[in-house]
Amino acid sequence: MENRKTVALIIPSEIVSEGLVSILEGSRLFHVEEILRDFPKPSDTRLSNLDPDVVIIDPVVLDFRCRKEGRSKLADICESVVIALDGPAVTEDMIKPYDGSISIYDKQGDVIRKLQGALDSHQSDPAAEGGELSAREKEILVCVAKGMLNKEIADQLNLSIYTVITHRKNITRKIGIKTVAGLTVYALLNNLIDMSSVQ
Amino acid sequence: MKEIFTPDMRLSEIIDRNCNLVQVISRVGIGLRHAGLRASEACNLAGIDSDTFILICNVYSFQDFVPSGEDLAAVSIPDIVRYLHGSHAFYTGIALRNLEAGLNHLVDPCEESMKEVVMKFFIGYKDELEKHFAREENEVFPYVSAILDGRRPEGYSIDQFEEHHERVDEKLEDMKNIVMKYLPGECHEEMRTWVVMELYRLRDDLRRHTYVEDNILVPVVRNLEKDGE
Repeated sequence: MENRKTVALIIPSEIVSEGLVSILEGSRLFHVEEILRDFPKPSDTRLSNLDPDVVIIDPVVLDFRCRKEGRSKLADICESVVIALDGPAVTEDMIKPYDGSISIYDKQGDVIRKLQGALDSHQSDPAAEGGELSAREKEILVCVAKGMLNKEIADQLNLSIYTVITHRKNITRKIGIKTVAGLTVYALLNNLIDMSSVQ
Repeated sequence: MKEIFTPDMRLSEIIDRNCNLVQVISRVGIGLRHAGLRASEACNLAGIDSDTFILICNVYSFQDFVPSGEDLAAVSIPDIVRYLHGSHAFYTGIALRNLEAGLNHLVDPCEESMKEVVMKFFIGYKDELEKHFAREENEVFPYVSAILDGRRPEGYSIDQFEEHHERVDEKLEDMKNIVMKYLPGECHEEMRTWVVMELYRLRDDLRRHTYVEDNILVPVVRNLEKDGE
């Protein structure tokens, strides 16, 4: 079970979601952990807590004008690979921003292959371990080193708290340091802050 | 999984398979002069239950070894506590002290402010770890020995220990990465290698130590609590 990739579905149709669950579970490669019928409200922490490997979203859960933006909205919540479900009410340009797409007319094997393909290309992301911190990440690192809480950082930099959490996860992945005390040492050794601002 | 250890093996054979066990053997009070004996005989001389000793050796050596229900039913809790206590003494008395000396030497050529930053982080971690051990020595072990005597002290249970059993290896992992990747070039390069090796060793040791607490001590004591009710 542990080796299966976790999946969350955001699909209003029960017929479609049940069909996908059956295909994904049957492959023994994926496990569906959560099914949402609607796009999660900001107060809904199910997706951010779960942080699944893959999210499959039917863009129709979003208002017609912002179906393209589903990808970036989800980036604020979790780091998952996001796959759009292609159906009658979905156009090609809506699908483009997503990490991949599957069609409701795909065969079982194609669905699995497409999901795996999207996961593979996501992993070779240049931002993976060992990468340089971006300017934004440095900014957030400095806040963390000064002892600020996620909420305070979000307010100061005008970001959502989810974005702050995502940045913090990326910082830890890039430099290999998890604890606040360790991050502070990193910031000091790299002259991102000086001693006086942490005492 | 590789073949696991059994009480009829000679200690020297066991140590040959995993030399880190030299530490464990001394922590439970077995002298290395008895390394030529079978584990069961050496345990007898040291007054420790040989199944418990072998269980610790297996947990310590094989990442995928999971104690069976039978293992847990047969385990001697006083001997587990003896091992945990011996480990605490080793961490605080030897490992952390050596690391501190090594780190001091390592950052000696660096600027004063750099030295201060690194040493402050280490001392902070050392204090935390010592507090963590002191709590186990002063609260948890006395509670466990009361339970073994058939008493049930008010206001404490092994669940509380489990709940507050924070991870002690995270900061050590950070320390390892800081020393390995982020210290300035002027630090003592040979010492850096030594310190990194020691940090890895201590981290792995602490992980096995925590495994014994969470997966042997806690479930067995919880069963004893239930029996007493």
